[in-house]
Amino acid sequence: MARVGAPLRAFAGVLASWAVLILLLVGWELVARSGFVTAYMLPPFTDVVARIFHDATDGNLAESAALTLYRALTGFAIAAAGGTALGLAMSRNGGVRWFFDPLISVGFPMPKIAFLPIIVLWLGFYDVSKISMVVFDAIFPVVTATLAGLAGVERELIWSARNLGARDRELLWQVMLPAALPQIMTGLQVALPIALIVAVIAEMKMSGYGIGAAMMTASRFADSRGVFAGIVEIAVIGYVLVKGMALLRRRLLAWHAEASNQ
Amino acid sequence: MKQTFLRYSPILLLTLAWEAAARLGLGAAFDLPPPSAVLVAWIGLLRDGDLVTNGAASLYRGAAGLGLAIVIGAVLGIVMAWWRPVRVALEPLVEIFYPLPKSALIPVTALWLGFGDGSKILLIFLGCMLPVTLGAFNGARASDRTLVWSARSMGAGRVRMLWDVVVPSALPELLNGIRTALALAFILLVSAELIVSQRGFGNLIGILGDNGSYDAMFAVVLTVAFLGFAADRVYQVLTARVLAWRE
Repeated sequence: MARVGAPLRAFAGVLASWAVLILLLVGWELVARSGFVTAYMLPPFTDVVARIFHDATDGNLAESAALTLYRALTGFAIAAAGGTALGLAMSRNGGVRWFFDPLISVGFPMPKIAFLPIIVLWLGFYDVSKISMVVFDAIFPVVTATLAGLAGVERELIWSARNLGARDRELLWQVMLPAALPQIMTGLQVALPIALIVAVIAEMKMSGYGIGAAMMTASRFADSRGVFAGIVEIAVIGYVLVKGMALLRRRLLAWHAEASNQ
Repeated sequence: MKQTFLRYSPILLLTLAWEAAARLGLGAAFDLPPPSAVLVAWIGLLRDGDLVTNGAASLYRGAAGLGLAIVIGAVLGIVMAWWRPVRVALEPLVEIFYPLPKSALIPVTALWLGFGDGSKILLIFLGCMLPVTLGAFNGARASDRTLVWSARSMGAGRVRMLWDVVVPSALPELLNGIRTALALAFILLVSAELIVSQRGFGNLIGILGDNGSYDAMFAVVLTVAFLGFAADRVYQVLTARVLAWRE
């Protein structure tokens, strides 16, 4: 009974979420058309969709979305690789750990976006500064997750690998990293939305092209359809990225005990 | 004391290296003012009141938005956990809005309320409410059933039970949610002020940068970063104290 019940309940949950989403959009449309608010305050959902469709057909949307995604994902990839490598180096080498540990623990809770003007000052207004800002913000959760994951690897696992004659390199790639992977993936899942947000904020600040910049331009010209179109686009992109990451996690960790729980 | 010094000595070393690099001529080449000049500029900003007036504006916005988010978010979360109809209606909404990057709302709040305090307070409120709601909801939902039953059998009324049993047991998760919200408040505040604002830390950073007074700009950036860090540390100490009864 439980076996049949669980997927059914999950399906009902998905259905309920969709129903609420549709209700929300219908509610948006009704409120916007009711005359209580001006179209400037809240443009009707259908108008916003028409605007997105218009931008999609003349290529503007593809261009801004591609630029924003390029900046967010390049920064994310660098942060993912660099953060894992740094976490690894910190867990294996006392000197590296001594040097970086206070920097990470002080830097993590800081609002790093405040450094954006300094990064712009040094690296200019173009992609390099935006991507650097993304890396600077997204790397912290990856490093801390990698450290926590490696610290949590069971001693017995390491001992048995050693006993079976694993060398350092084999131990690292075949035992330590796979065992720490669930935690590292969690860190990456935290870092990915941060990467998108920071890319968008950097675009808003520096203008030019990209979804964030397009939204700021629309806002300056009091073009509220354009602003709301940007919000819908960011929401959709964010949703797709988060779901994609969860999917990747299930793929990569198919061998892990957590996968069999689902 | 000695241990703390040893632990944080890399930061000191970096600061010294920064000073040396800036003094050795790299400063002019890379627009890198030495830390000593940044400190002098910081004292100057403090003296002529720029730091205080802009800081007060920022802190007012942050405190108002975060305060609203905590009160309304906590009530909402507990009501969701306690009343099934509310949960059925709101849980999917929370799920939809939680992952939405709240910074996307910066242009909208500016569109609605202009460039002043109102738009920042609204932005911080909207951005910080859901982590608090989710923390309160998860905490209250997990509140110990046996505690609830025994309180009820001892004749506790519904409201009394909420206050005496459900709220305390939801507290750890709620406080955790508020910690997330605190960090978010700083991020949203600074990014909104950097992008559209009159007054505030972010605005001051922009003005100083445009004027080319980079030592003062660095001073404000580091002040904001330090405040964010200090707020988190102080909050952690306070929550540890509040939760001391649980041990």
